[in-house]
Amino acid sequence: MDILNALVAILNYIIVPATAYGAQLALGALGVTLIYGILRFSNFAHGDTMAFGTGLTILVTWGLQSMGVSFGPLPTALLALPFGIALTAAMVLATDKVVYSYYRKVRAAPIYITMVSVGVMFVMNGLTRVLIGVDEIKFADGARFLISAADFKAATGLTEALAIRGSTAITVITAGLVVWALFWFLAKTRTGKSMRAYADNEDLALLSGIDPNRVVAVTWVIAAALATIAGTLYGLDKSFKAFNYFQLLLPIFAAAIVGGLGNPLGAIAGGFVIAFSEVSITYAWKKVAMYLIPGYEPEGLLQLLSTEYKFAVSFAILIIVLLFKPTGLFKGKSV
Amino acid sequence: MSTHQPKAAKGGKWRAPAMFGALAVLFLLEGTVSNSFFSGHWDNALGILRVGLISAILALGVNIQWGYAGLFNTGVVGFLALGGLAPVLVSMPPTLGAFSAGGWGVLFAMVIAMATLVAAVFLHGRLDTKLRGWAVAGVLLLGFIAYRTLFDPAVEAIQAINPSAYGYLGGIGLPVLISWPVGALLAAAAAWVVGKTALGLRSDYLAIATLGIGEIIVAVLRNEEWLARGVLNVNGIPRPWPVPYETNLQQDPGFVARATSFGLDPMTGSTLLVKVLYCLLFVAVLGLLIWAAQLALNSPWGRMMRAIRDNEVAAAAMGKNVTGRHLQIFILGSAVLGLAGAMLISLDGQMTPSGYNPLRYTFLIWVMVIVGGSGNNWGSVLGGLLIWFVWIKAGEWGPTLMGMVSTHLAEGTLKTHLLDSAPHMRLVIMGLILLAVLRFSPRGLLPER
Repeated sequence: MDILNALVAILNYIIVPATAYGAQLALGALGVTLIYGILRFSNFAHGDTMAFGTGLTILVTWGLQSMGVSFGPLPTALLALPFGIALTAAMVLATDKVVYSYYRKVRAAPIYITMVSVGVMFVMNGLTRVLIGVDEIKFADGARFLISAADFKAATGLTEALAIRGSTAITVITAGLVVWALFWFLAKTRTGKSMRAYADNEDLALLSGIDPNRVVAVTWVIAAALATIAGTLYGLDKSFKAFNYFQLLLPIFAAAIVGGLGNPLGAIAGGFVIAFSEVSITYAWKKVAMYLIPGYEPEGLLQLLSTEYKFAVSFAILIIVLLFKPTGLFKGKSV
Repeated sequence: MSTHQPKAAKGGKWRAPAMFGALAVLFLLEGTVSNSFFSGHWDNALGILRVGLISAILALGVNIQWGYAGLFNTGVVGFLALGGLAPVLVSMPPTLGAFSAGGWGVLFAMVIAMATLVAAVFLHGRLDTKLRGWAVAGVLLLGFIAYRTLFDPAVEAIQAINPSAYGYLGGIGLPVLISWPVGALLAAAAAWVVGKTALGLRSDYLAIATLGIGEIIVAVLRNEEWLARGVLNVNGIPRPWPVPYETNLQQDPGFVARATSFGLDPMTGSTLLVKVLYCLLFVAVLGLLIWAAQLALNSPWGRMMRAIRDNEVAAAAMGKNVTGRHLQIFILGSAVLGLAGAMLISLDGQMTPSGYNPLRYTFLIWVMVIVGGSGNNWGSVLGGLLIWFVWIKAGEWGPTLMGMVSTHLAEGTLKTHLLDSAPHMRLVIMGLILLAVLRFSPRGLLPER
């Protein structure tokens, strides 16, 4: 019984939250890695693109709610998501037209374009704050729990409870669908193939008649969609706060680099590696240890690091990978 | 000082003096003219100048890294915060009994942690591949357990000492001026660790690694209460010599008499004198730094650095140790950032870790460097002062402008929202300035020679 309790505790406090967080990071890292692979720079504005897209989605959600529209047991934000994506994509395409396209033309060094993305980050950050403010916003509605703690206890008779929130399930399902659609698109469609060809060898792709402007535009639209979806799912799962999204930049970059920059499969793996390490290292293992070792009463919480240091975990993993496998777990590119 | 000024592209040798002249006019207007754009108070003008000078030093530090060597450091806030720790550790009075309660325990735990890392690196270098992973992991695990068993009770003991007022180790009660170079040393040590791992890899890996170290240093300051009281803040950090306290001045009959002879009441006179003294002190430090930086830039060493920046492969082929030089310059630049961090804390008189915001302390500094002209030390000073002025004033102009625009708007949620959000417009303005300079004038206001 105690072993079952320990397993349920691990499931409830580590596996379920880390899976949701990992899915959110993976979507963010996919956006970073696609931009890196095709546009060849590290986009520092990605976190704020996520915040911007989520802010727009929240505004549309409020609009829908005030019109009395709801999505039954699902959060209304999912209905608003397509609008958020469309608006963010329009914004990102306009940014590319006004800002980035020039640097592609003059073939600026990647580090210089990264610097440019810092400027875009400032603008996006300011716009998000003007648009929706700096306060914490909770916008999840619909059913709160898929499995509630009380039901689980009643059904199993265990002392430990497993609770799965609706937002967690939605995150994992949506992320799964999005990743499936993205890989199908990259592998099967003509546009997707041309994107991969462009990422592999720009000159060869241009020679074989691929339209670079189209590839770039499609990449930005996909990146905007991924950022908005990742941001909205994160916001549904936790809450929306513009500054937190800026801080997500570090675990997202860590995920993309750990997996291998430019490699979509690596970005997903990296997202889960980072999420599981973060959650399990900052979890207080006291309860699990007490179930597993009868009669053991540890003095401390058995927590390796306090939750405030979760960024240190992403950072440590990043450094270990940089030291021992600079191209990442899956082979990434190094420009 | 003008002998060191670079020959600029347009406007010849008069470009830099003209720019600095225009900047001086801005500060003069702020001090004298009172309308909806300028406050007309010298108090405000000097207040902006004071932090502007520190911003100029920060920009100088970033310019040493980016302008001389092309290193993209996005963890400025971390090195600044680490430097800010120095005034607390050096200049605060020691907390009675804290060191005997837990100080040795903490120190010993730190030694164990160091020894563990050294042992792990040593083992990794010596053993063959089969055993290596397990041995290193085992050493790290044992070391971590030993560290935590020593560290946790020591920290608890320190934090138990009068937690509402102290609960931290305190400092060693030395003058604040000594803490400034100590801040530089702390930041330099952190830079050595980061540089050792992330330099020599791709250029944007350094950007991402420093982004991480910045976040972590700020997190440490926020959470380690035994060190600097975390979010409880350390107050009452003494002022650097020769800056007096306003209340002391107001009680000094000699000062009151002199202030009245200038036609100032003692209150205004004392605040002005304090600000002027701070400004003079910071100008002295800035002058020293820029003298050293110009000397270095124009030396054979500086030429080598620029050669490496412009073509790493060619420089390496000429026998230059590119990674070694990069490490050197990364440490030097970070030391300047740490120095500025210590100065900023001794100006504020308190340590408030929750104020270390990366937008304000990392990316705004980058705007200063780029706008001023990367690679040009005087450009960084100009950019630091100018952008700081615009940043402060844009926070005030935004609401003023928005108020004018929305006067005819009906009272309601839209109007309040517009007015509330106006201060955030300065982020957009900074972004647009950065983008415009990068696009249309990539060499900045004062281009590199």
